[in-house]
Amino acid sequence: MKTLRLLAVGWWFQLKMISRSPFEGIGQVIYPLFFATVAFFVFQAGDSPRTLLYASLGAAVMGMWSATSTTAGSSMQRERWHGTLEALVASPPHFALVLLPITLAMSTVGIYSLAATLAFGHFLFGIDLTVEHPVAFCLSVVGTVLSFGSLGFLFAVTFVRFRAAWALGNLFEYPVWLIGGFLVPLALLPGWVGPIAWVLAPTWGMNAIRESALGGTPLPDLALCLALGVLYIGLGIVVLDRVLGAARRRAALSLT
Amino acid sequence: VTSLRIFAIGGLISYRALFYWLSVWIYVPSLVLAPIFQILLFAYIGRSAGLESDKFYVVGNAIQYAAVPCLFAMTQLIGGEKYQNTLGAILVSPAPRLPLFFGRTIPVVLNAAFVAAFSLTAGCLILGVHIPASAFIPLALVIVVAAFSCSGLGMINAALSLRIRENAVLTNVIFGFLLIFTGANVPISELPGWMQSVSDVIPFTHAIEAARELADGAPFSSVSDLVGTELLIGFVYLCAGFALLRFMEWQGRRHATLERS
Repeated sequence: MKTLRLLAVGWWFQLKMISRSPFEGIGQVIYPLFFATVAFFVFQAGDSPRTLLYASLGAAVMGMWSATSTTAGSSMQRERWHGTLEALVASPPHFALVLLPITLAMSTVGIYSLAATLAFGHFLFGIDLTVEHPVAFCLSVVGTVLSFGSLGFLFAVTFVRFRAAWALGNLFEYPVWLIGGFLVPLALLPGWVGPIAWVLAPTWGMNAIRESALGGTPLPDLALCLALGVLYIGLGIVVLDRVLGAARRRAALSLT
Repeated sequence: VTSLRIFAIGGLISYRALFYWLSVWIYVPSLVLAPIFQILLFAYIGRSAGLESDKFYVVGNAIQYAAVPCLFAMTQLIGGEKYQNTLGAILVSPAPRLPLFFGRTIPVVLNAAFVAAFSLTAGCLILGVHIPASAFIPLALVIVVAAFSCSGLGMINAALSLRIRENAVLTNVIFGFLLIFTGANVPISELPGWMQSVSDVIPFTHAIEAARELADGAPFSSVSDLVGTELLIGFVYLCAGFALLRFMEWQGRRHATLERS
């Protein structure tokens, strides 16, 4: 119960902070709209049978990923810059319980982005937003947010040795948009990309959202998305323990 | 001679100082790898939507990505002084402002041109896009002109950074506008009329059009008017940016807000 409370309070606290940050809050909601606009124009002008709703959903999830990838990679480093890392690491709960709510809050901001992109497409491009399975759609969005937050957590602990972690997080924006099949079907990409896409939770999250909106069977995709999210957290905790152990041995926790 | 020294040496030192934070660990992910992924993303979106060839997206995005070094570096070179606590010392000096600020533009233009040229080469190699050898030198010239043109916009952005606290958000917004309006990914003819009007007066639009024609084998003489227009747009933006910088400096002195961050 104490663990759940810590996660919930941490998530809410971080979400409030991020919502008031021009870069992480406002910027991350506005920025993906430009890519969404390009996608709408391209699909409107093209001769593909894929609908504008297909592009709208893809662009919306792009925004969700943007909200996570750019900021989550450097979330542990940011605590270091703020001078709060030592205090958080020294506190009794496992540090993962402190870090995970931060990345979950970042991915939650993605819901703003998702809603903004869908509304933008509806009002400016007249994209019909009929969702075939509304309950499954909501569950898919929540599942995707959780898995994005988990992947962000893995990024945060993996990139911590990298001085410019934010640049790496930024770099992962485009590849995941591409490989995750947000606007490009995996069948169009080279065959070797497939296995990479399969181990990325965003691929399954995107599938679940699209299947629930356009009509299909989203639950298997959602289950895979959540399972990968749990796997990322497990991997993240292992990496985190090693990183913190090494930092304690070398007294290098606060070094940038 | 003093003005020339301020222009050349001042600009170079200022740019080298940028590498205090723009290290190779930031440069490679942000300015070498990211543009390649942007090209791949839009080339595949184009394939998915059945619109335009790979060459269209490679040329458009390679040139448009020069906006990142132009906008961010220009802003950091001038607005960044505020965070290093050196802005006051620079502005209190008797150095003439024209070479002081314009000198900072040259390294930015060269770096942006390198980023665009590298992205274009890498994009062509990865996607198997063929560009005739006769187009290499004219394309290089167009890329330099495009970088110059966007540096003018970067100068305006730098001036605004003296007033706006979260300039990174504004810079990203300008980058996004250029992504849509320059025709890098959407043919200009597919945009609504008012957007086409905006496209005509912003950096990159004419350079991208010229580069596409050159990549298709057109001679330089057939795109010289486009290159001339791009050059003119860059010059107008640069002058506007300089005027705005002087205005912000004057405002900063008047209201004692020069180093407000």
